This record gives sequence, C-alpha cells and structure tokens, in this order.
Amino acid sequence: MNIIKFLDEFTSESLTQKVSSRRDVFGTFGSLGKKAALAAIPFGMAAGSGKAFAQTNGNTPIDSLNLALTLEYLEAEFYIRALDSGVLPAGRPEDVYNQISKHETAHVEFLKTNLGDAAVESPEFDFTVGGMFDPFNENGIGQETAYAQLLALAQAFEDTGVRAYKGQAPNLMGTAFLTPALQIHSVEAKHASEIRRLRAFVLGETLNDNALGWITLNNRGPGMPEATQAVYDGEENISQGGVDLVAATGFSATSVSQSFDEPMTGETATAIASLFIKTDSDN
Amino acid sequence: MKVEVSSETHSKSNNSRRKFLKMGGLAVVGSSLLLYGCSDDDDISGPVTPTPGEPFDLGSGDVGILNYAYALEQLEAEFYTQVIAGSYFASADPEEKLILQDLYDHEVIHREFFKAAITGAVGGDMSKVLPELEFDFSGVDFGSRDAVLGTAQVLEDTGVSAYNGAGARIELPLYLTIAGKIVSVEARHAAAIRSIYLPGNTEFAGDDVIDANGLDPATPPADVLAAVVATGFLTTPFTANNLPAPMVG
Repeated sequence: MNIIKFLDEFTSESLTQKVSSRRDVFGTFGSLGKKAALAAIPFGMAAGSGKAFAQTNGNTPIDSLNLALTLEYLEAEFYIRALDSGVLPAGRPEDVYNQISKHETAHVEFLKTNLGDAAVESPEFDFTVGGMFDPFNENGIGQETAYAQLLALAQAFEDTGVRAYKGQAPNLMGTAFLTPALQIHSVEAKHASEIRRLRAFVLGETLNDNALGWITLNNRGPGMPEATQAVYDGEENISQGGVDLVAATGFSATSVSQSFDEPMTGETATAIASLFIKTDSDN
Repeated sequence: MKVEVSSETHSKSNNSRRKFLKMGGLAVVGSSLLLYGCSDDDDISGPVTPTPGEPFDLGSGDVGILNYAYALEQLEAEFYTQVIAGSYFASADPEEKLILQDLYDHEVIHREFFKAAITGAVGGDMSKVLPELEFDFSGVDFGSRDAVLGTAQVLEDTGVSAYNGAGARIELPLYLTIAGKIVSVEARHAAAIRSIYLPGNTEFAGDDVIDANGLDPATPPADVLAAVVATGFLTTPFTANNLPAPMVG
C-alpha cells in the first residue's frame, strides 16, 4: 500500500468530526517547514484531553499496525543513517545507537512479516525536515551540532514511539497482535530512557529533573528544540482513572506526572512522523 | 489444581533472584496457585502459614488483574521504601540517589493508585481489595550497592514482563491504557537501573532480556507470582485462582 494513501486512510472521515483545536494540537512542531503541508491530514483530539483513549478512533487493528510499521521504518532508517554518518562518538553513544538500531530493524521485519500483504511500504524520509536540521552532518553543520541533533531527534522519536504504541493498544484488544505490540512498546520505553540519559550526560544535565529517563510534566527537556514540544504535550496529566493522584498521594505533580506515560492519538503520531516523510511535491 | 510453592523448594540465593525471570520451566500447573511466603529465618519463625480461613484471592476479571498489579506494586514500593532508608542510598552518588528516590516516588504512587482504583472498581467493597501485604527483605543488604541495584533490576525487569503478560487479559480499554501508562515507566526504570548497574553499554536493553524480534518478555501471572514467591520477599499468603486467561479474538 502506498504510504500517503495509508496516512490519508488512517485518519478516516469519522475523525474529522472530532477535530476541535487543530492548531493547538499542531503546536510548533507542525508549523515548521513545508512538511506541515502533508499534515493537512485531519487531526484528532489533543493528547491528554481525557478522551485520548483509542477506543474512540474507529480504526482497524491493521491500521494501528501500519502506523506502528511507519514509525518503525522511520526509526530504523534514522539509526542506520546515524551509524553511517560518522557523527556518533565511539564508545557508549555508538554502542547505544547500535543496540537500538538492531531492535528497530527487527521491529520492521516483525511487523512486515505479520502484516504480510497488508503492510505499507516504507516512505522516503527527510531527516533534515526540509533543511531545518542536519543530523548526519551532510550539509556541513559540524559534528558537534549534528550530534546534538541526532540525540534530540532520537529522543523525540523514542518518546513519540512509546506514546503512539500506547495509544493504539486498545485498538488491538482481542487480537493476537496486542501482546507483541506491548512487547515492542516497552522496548521503545527502554530506548527512550537510555537516549534521554545519554543526552543528559552529554549536556552535563544528569541531575536536571527535566532530563531524566522519564518525562517530567510536559517538559521536553534541556536542549530539545521547541519544535519537539508536540511530543510532550499532555504528559503533564496527574489524574488517572478519575483519581487526582496529587491529592490522593500527597506527592508533587512532578512525581505523579513522571509515574505515568500518556498515550498519543494516531493522528498526532502521524502528524509528527509526517514531518520527516517526503511527499511527491518534494521531488 | 492447586500448587503450593513453599520456601523449601526455592533457593533464595542472590543467583536465583537474578535469574528468577528465567524460570520459565518452573512447574506451575493449571491456573491455581497458592502463594505461600516464608520469612527469611525459617529456623526461628518457620514458614508463615495462611491465616485462619481462606487466604485472600486476587479475584477474577479486571479486578483480579488490578489486584495482581497492586501486589507487584506493593512489593516494589516496599523495596524502595527500605532502599531509601538504607545506608547505601545515604552515601550513593548524586545521580544514583536521584534515580532511586524517583523510583521510590513512582512505585509508591503506583501502589496508591491501584488501591484507589480497585476500591472504586469494586464499589468500596474492601473485601475484594488486596490487603496490605507484608514483606521480608532481611535477606537484602541495603548497605550494598550490588544488593540494592541488583534487586532493583530484577524487580523492574519482572514488572515489565508482568504487565506485558497481563495486557491481553484486561477487558476494559481504560485499564489497558492505564497499564500501558505504567509499564512504559517501569521499562524506563529497568533501562536506567541496568544502565547504571551493569557494565556493558548495551545492557539498558540487553540481549539477555530482549529477543531476536526486538521484543521484551511477556510473562503470565502464574509464572511471575511463582518467581516472586521464590524470592522469599513475600510473607503474606494469597491465592490467584481466578485470574482471567488472555483474550485473543
């Protein structure tokens, strides 16, 4: 299936009726660069609105898995190119990227195998987002800045992946795909934790509350481009299952928000991924 | 079929704790499991016997799964409560201290969440809410970095595999989503503990846990509970005779 067709189908017409505050959801991530044009895909509810449970999204399990596959294509290619770029320092950074790359490539193969003919093809990616970034140091931005961008993009991709899988889980209930999707979801969270901690180490921010392995409120963390804020919006939630956990436990909103990762709708995940996907008009 | 897991059949060596995730072959037959804890010093107190009458049963359906998760969160919360009261924590380097303090906060919050959520789910009928469990961590040297971080690693790894193995047994999408919100935080914990404790740069998501498809384990409740019993940490007996099977359509 063609990726653009899929992305269009993923956000079926029924979703357009739920669009309320597209601009709010879009945030700054979506407003940057020409890639925003592709995100003329209708948007769903804001993550963390309390109605973000995917039960309401009306998509099929195959749609959910193809969204997952699309995100895995993006991650797999990103890590392969990062490792080929020569930007990553040897030692822990290269080792961490190698390990994550191995998993993301395995996830692609696993999902493709299970989806069979229903699997979408890989889109073409543009990790510069139309020239805004230069994570592979292809345009001469320099190793240091390219490395910082490699870390920032990896964090954004991993934190997005965790939220996106979580958002699709209810859509997979009653199918044989739920458990494997959960088994990938937790691996993405391990990646996110380590990338976040590696970034913190590189930045000298290991004691910063906003640069831990877990997400504090909706803080994207030190050094993260404002463009990535859409990845974190909604993570500040402190109420679970109708229980205000700050009131119930006496712990701070900081600690409570860290204790629960929030789901992201397929629409938001699609919009974020779309920023890195080439369209026909780019060619 | 009822399987009793008692102290005599399980070594509580450090080695067995580290490996207790891998006890896939442990004989837990059928869906009936009597959790039968013991104290650390059998010679003095002997195995703890079930309280008169029936031990608490986790229950069926979503309440059963919530009680199951509540038991695991109680275990983690109590462990970290002792960690932050211990001498290793007091002298830990600032980064490790921050991580352990956060893990304590998170696990206590998880525990309190389940207590509130289950109480709500059963309409306030406290006879259906898992009581406060008692634990015995006297076998853990809370002055030792190895003991603290090694045990933390096992508990976090176990938590991830337990939630992954429970997801398909949940009926209500709301609870599945909440379980998802928690398991990814447990996975973040597991990666952080592994990263600071284990020597290799790839241990945060190590090949000892993640398979060739890039999947974390998903362990059924019976196996998780048997492994928990094998640690000897749990001293309050309860049963898990009615937990739901996975729902695969």
